[in-house]
Amino acid sequence: MKFRIDRDALADAVAWTARSLPTRPTVPVLAGLMVESTDGGIALSGFDYETSARSTVDADVADEGRALVSGRLLADICKSLPGRPVDVSVDGTKVSVVCGSSRFSLQTMPVEDYPQLPAMPTASGTVSSDDFATAVAQAVAAAGRDDVLQLLTGVRIELEGSRISLLATDRFRASLRELTWFPESPDASATAVVPAKTLSDIAKSFTAGGELTMAVATGDQGPGLIGFEGSTASGTRRTTTRMLEGEFPKVRQLFAANALTVAYVDRQELIDAVRRVSLVAERNTPVRLTFSDGQVLLESGSGDDAQAQETLEARVDGDDIVVGFNPTFLLEGLQVMTEPAVHLSFTQASRPATLAGVQELGGEPNTSFRYLIMPMRLPG
Amino acid sequence: MRRQATVLHLDLDAFFAAVEQRDKPSLRGRPVVVGGLGARGVVSTASYEARAYGVRSAMRTAEARARCPHAAYLSGRFDAYRAASRIVMGRLREISPLVEPLSLDEAFVDLAAGDDTRDLDLDGLRALAEQVRADVAERTDGLTASVGIASSKLLAKIASELAKPDGLHVVTPGTELDVLAPLQVRAIPGVGPVTAERLRRLGVQTVADLRGVDLPDLTSLLGSAYGTSLHALARGEDHRPVVAERETKSLSVEDTFETDITDPRVLADVATMMSRRVSERLRGNGMSGRTVTLKIRHHDFETHTRSATLAGPTDDGRVIARTATGLLAEIDTSSGIRLLGVGVSGMADWVQDDLFVTDEDAPDEGLSDDRVSDDGRSDEADPDDGPDGRGPLPDADAGPETGGLPEAARDATTRTPPATLRSRPRWAPGADVVHAEHGAGWVWGSGLGRVTVRFETRHTGPGPVRTFDADDASLRPGTVEP
Repeated sequence: MKFRIDRDALADAVAWTARSLPTRPTVPVLAGLMVESTDGGIALSGFDYETSARSTVDADVADEGRALVSGRLLADICKSLPGRPVDVSVDGTKVSVVCGSSRFSLQTMPVEDYPQLPAMPTASGTVSSDDFATAVAQAVAAAGRDDVLQLLTGVRIELEGSRISLLATDRFRASLRELTWFPESPDASATAVVPAKTLSDIAKSFTAGGELTMAVATGDQGPGLIGFEGSTASGTRRTTTRMLEGEFPKVRQLFAANALTVAYVDRQELIDAVRRVSLVAERNTPVRLTFSDGQVLLESGSGDDAQAQETLEARVDGDDIVVGFNPTFLLEGLQVMTEPAVHLSFTQASRPATLAGVQELGGEPNTSFRYLIMPMRLPG
Repeated sequence: MRRQATVLHLDLDAFFAAVEQRDKPSLRGRPVVVGGLGARGVVSTASYEARAYGVRSAMRTAEARARCPHAAYLSGRFDAYRAASRIVMGRLREISPLVEPLSLDEAFVDLAAGDDTRDLDLDGLRALAEQVRADVAERTDGLTASVGIASSKLLAKIASELAKPDGLHVVTPGTELDVLAPLQVRAIPGVGPVTAERLRRLGVQTVADLRGVDLPDLTSLLGSAYGTSLHALARGEDHRPVVAERETKSLSVEDTFETDITDPRVLADVATMMSRRVSERLRGNGMSGRTVTLKIRHHDFETHTRSATLAGPTDDGRVIARTATGLLAEIDTSSGIRLLGVGVSGMADWVQDDLFVTDEDAPDEGLSDDRVSDDGRSDEADPDDGPDGRGPLPDADAGPETGGLPEAARDATTRTPPATLRSRPRWAPGADVVHAEHGAGWVWGSGLGRVTVRFETRHTGPGPVRTFDADDASLRPGTVEP
């Protein structure tokens, strides 16, 4: 194996592929990054039996072949190389990396021990990579972080015709994000639950613009697989990850309730006020919001301890309501919204409240992202 | 022990039964039994008329029915008991800021706290206590209380027992040992039938006999903690302070079974039912908790606890049940379980509800009721590590008990009817009802789609009995008069 390649293209591709490599692999070869040179370019791949990553980059290939080297080390080296073309070649059991007057020699790992990467699923469609990254960042806000309930650490992806729905919940709050995509077949229908962290990393890594191809394969045996593929200036990137199995809670129906009270508040003002007021909220205590004519009063703390209050301007339609929220749940939802104001709808103080972004007080909320929180209440 | 008699103990006489007799004039002067009415129910309180027939607290209701078939058997009205209890505790707080309620019907009061100018000689104490007893009777429309005053909690409690019913007993400082000596060992709170039987085998019947047993023998018989404490109590040595408003650090329910249970499904039903009782008590106290603990005692008395911490505090019986049964599933129960307990700790003032808890998780009530031997533990929150031997769930128990009696039978203070009965169908015997035409009354009996109501209240004389269809729209559940 022998090739010459652009330094930035190599560094980007290695960094992207090595990103998902395990830091403490169960088998040593899984810490490796496979480098293959073929006619006209190279392919880099990594795999940890959950997530696979494969990227291709254009290169001047003098000699075809492949080698397995430490992914972390190669990524660190490429990141710090000077801005000159890089020559990579195999020399016996060593891989040599030469760039300008820098010279590295890396130990190889046995290629034959490396597992076969799963194939990219075929049934697919495309979506704007930027739209998808935004949508995922919003949906994952409500995903569980407790590994005891592993399924809830996932995001449920529903593909139905030209609509993608992303749903997440940790049992106390829930999110529903909808966006459109272009399926190859107009009657496409599939679902997948993907670990939120993995999905988030993948979506963020494809934001260089352009289209993202997404494909779902339901597993005949064992868990199904979801694959993503996008292109860069100098090649392609493809990643697959295993789905989580189990019956995901019925999140969508939670959003059906009719509101009795609707409130509009400036989003950034509300974030800042919740942050301030919650400074005195002890663990397990809420920020209490009282919505009445033209304002919302935020309160936290109790008479025995520190207390805080703040009043914000708000437009309130319907009955006055007092509701308590875990301040973290409230902030995490508000922070992923993009509109200048937030639309809050309530039925009763003990029932879930739904938040959505809105351009102006009194406007029509953007229902493509809705975030629902179960309020806290006094016992009894 | 104090030099002056400044600990007051007040105990309402046959409390639940007395409330029933107050509110149901036709039952006054007649035997009344409040407790579990199901196949395996136990007696919570028997009126003095029923006690004459040998009916006792913690006796199986079936045995009580055999001894006293003509008594009125009622399933209990907790709201009414709580309302009466609030009045009594309120009166006690007028005497001193230091009031320590032990359950709905008894409390300690520290007379040395608060008013410095109080007259603590014997005549002054007697006058004070008689005034309290008179006020309690007046404010509760006729409930009677017995009061003991002494230099320690132990003696004050024994004194109120000696004063029963409707009396006052003051132990003159210096005479404590003389009062204790002739009493049966069971007079010492915490000594139940099991401990009494063990002591009897040593030839110990009275407290004087117990004083003759040296400490090493007592600790080898009863364990270190319990033996040491009993050794001291036998000598009248009791320095426990009266503690007001003990902060609740945990709340739990546990039962010892009549026979060991091996079937994991039955145990799961029991744990689910207990979770519901924990939830009721949490809600009754306006509290929530974040950590759910399951306590298991195996057939050989080996005792384990397992716990799990939730993402947010809860008071929901379904969430507690789901967590408790999850913990239970990890335990091998095949060799037989003699005791099961469910509790919560990590107390909080707020509840974070779950979006996905549905009624599908609700327990099968009928199933649980039939299988559980309910011990009727106190309805009050169990304060963590309370001085009365009832610790939180992971307690170092006072010692292995044998025989079929519920664990709490050792404890003379527990008279709560089984919580399993509180969620019974609408027309439970004794329950308050209001009829659109006939007014307020109580359920005399029900069955076969019919319900019989006696129309009387504490303010009327004995009233007439009428029978209606069980779904008669003009008949509604009644409310509690404080």
